[in-house]
Amino acid sequence: MAHRSVSRGLLFASPWIIGFLVFQLVPILASAYYSLTNFNLFQDPQFVGLHNYQRMASDELFWKSLFNTVYLTVVGVPISLAAALVAALALNMRVPGQWFFRTIVFLPTVVPVVAATYIWRWLLNAQYGYVNEALGTFHLGQPLWLDDAIWTKPALILMSLWVTGSAMIVFLAALKDVPEVYYEAATVDGAGAWSKFRHVTLPLISPVILFETIIAGIFTLQYFTQAYLLSQTRFNGASGGPDNSLLVYGLYLFQQAFVNLNMGYASAMAWVLLFVALIGTLVLLRLSRDRVFYAGD
Amino acid sequence: MQATEVSAQATEVSAISLRRPNGIWRNVRQPHLRLASGLAFRYIVLVCIAALYLFPFAVVLTTSLKPTSEIFSLPPRLGSDHWTLDNYRAALEAMPFWRYLLNTAFISTVTVIGQLFSSSIVAYSLAKIRWRGRDALLILIVATMMLPPQVTMIPVYIGWNKIGLTGSYVPLLVPQFFGNAFFIFMLRQFFRGIPEELIDAARLDGATELRIYRSIVLPLARPALVALSIFAFMWAWTDFLLPLIYINDPQQYTLSIGLYSFFSEHGVAWGALMAAATLMSMPLVAVFLFGQRQFLRGIALTGIK
Repeated sequence: MAHRSVSRGLLFASPWIIGFLVFQLVPILASAYYSLTNFNLFQDPQFVGLHNYQRMASDELFWKSLFNTVYLTVVGVPISLAAALVAALALNMRVPGQWFFRTIVFLPTVVPVVAATYIWRWLLNAQYGYVNEALGTFHLGQPLWLDDAIWTKPALILMSLWVTGSAMIVFLAALKDVPEVYYEAATVDGAGAWSKFRHVTLPLISPVILFETIIAGIFTLQYFTQAYLLSQTRFNGASGGPDNSLLVYGLYLFQQAFVNLNMGYASAMAWVLLFVALIGTLVLLRLSRDRVFYAGD
Repeated sequence: MQATEVSAQATEVSAISLRRPNGIWRNVRQPHLRLASGLAFRYIVLVCIAALYLFPFAVVLTTSLKPTSEIFSLPPRLGSDHWTLDNYRAALEAMPFWRYLLNTAFISTVTVIGQLFSSSIVAYSLAKIRWRGRDALLILIVATMMLPPQVTMIPVYIGWNKIGLTGSYVPLLVPQFFGNAFFIFMLRQFFRGIPEELIDAARLDGATELRIYRSIVLPLARPALVALSIFAFMWAWTDFLLPLIYINDPQQYTLSIGLYSFFSEHGVAWGALMAAATLMSMPLVAVFLFGQRQFLRGIALTGIK
């Protein structure tokens, strides 16, 4: 009986298992091999040992792209998650017609990324854009955004604040799971809104915050499309922006693989990315160990 | 800050006034005034947030409906003296929009069908068949979500290139029939909520697993399947990287790639570009508004645990 159910279980799971072997496991092994070769698609791969990895160490653009991506992850992820949490707190208030506001905050998240990125290119236009117009109204500085190497990444982060809908919904669900009695008890103890947030809400949703941070971190390390389209020039694909300030890791990897056809070098870069993601996740888990609160089940 | 505290207390007071003496005491004093000011404050916060999120939409829509001379006016303003549909006409003439729409709809539909069948049957195995090794498989599936797609992207491209299928939809569509870790996880979470007794009773009656999957689990899981369909449809609709890598023939362009190449050729034709962006987004906005409930529930379901 047990034996039969194993084969049955495997049979039902077989679509994923086959897909995993063909589209993930074999490619992972192939990628490890390609990373040790020079390969341009047209000639057979040439084994070069660790040369690709050594080359990376002295490749300025590699370091630049790694810096850009780490910048977006370390600076951008906390900012956009904080924005999502603030939105979730506001959208968790009990008022009639709340669904309407939730719909509006989520709406930008369903706009196709290509359309959304061009919309922001227009909004961030240094001369005719509305963002600078708004800043001017409040007598604030008006950066050149996409034309100024210092401001391209803040522009990307600003854009990401518009599409925090998924994280917002997850936070909202977590907020709804916080038992009402805890707040009542805190009220009896004379806690104000901030101290309730700090000592009741935050600890109870901390596992969800950690989860979202890991997910957002991994996604940001893979950042590609927005940087590609924000630095897109006419007829020429992506330029990487002024001073390569938008040349994120995923973009440089793409250029090496599909523009320069350096499949070997790009594969080596992919492995470095995998390690960066792994190390980042482990560091995050370690750092959060004493800060995340797990209620017993 | 002051106002937040007041409004938070107002709810607390009204919620517990029947049970706690101090609640009754506070409630007696000025209940209506407090509640009303709390509510007004909440609406002000919500309207401000909503305005921030809606503003880009207002800009896109008005830009797409303005003549070029007004688009480049200083200072920029939302209103116009000459509303016009010219930008939409220009966008539709400059690119075979309907062709792109058809291509994108085709890819998205096949993706939904493929994921509906493959992800649900794998999720059934993980949630409702008791077998040794299924927990290990679940961990493996979740672990693959962490793998950057860049690692597999290059060898998979080389593979499709070897058998001469780059430049077609095959590399975009075939993988959709082998399940997706995220969808499998989402459905598994949902399937677990279906009572075990129902399934055991069917087994005792001699129903095969395939039959239980088809006639009990799938019909009960409709909300989750709707959520999956919306997700899969949206992802396929907006995908940029894979069509960029695999599609070369302009006749096969998706909307994403079509809009991208429109920008390449026409650059700063912002009016037409915003019109095209609007046209491209409308179907997704419609799908979202239509299936909102299931969609948002799906996110919450996978986001936690």
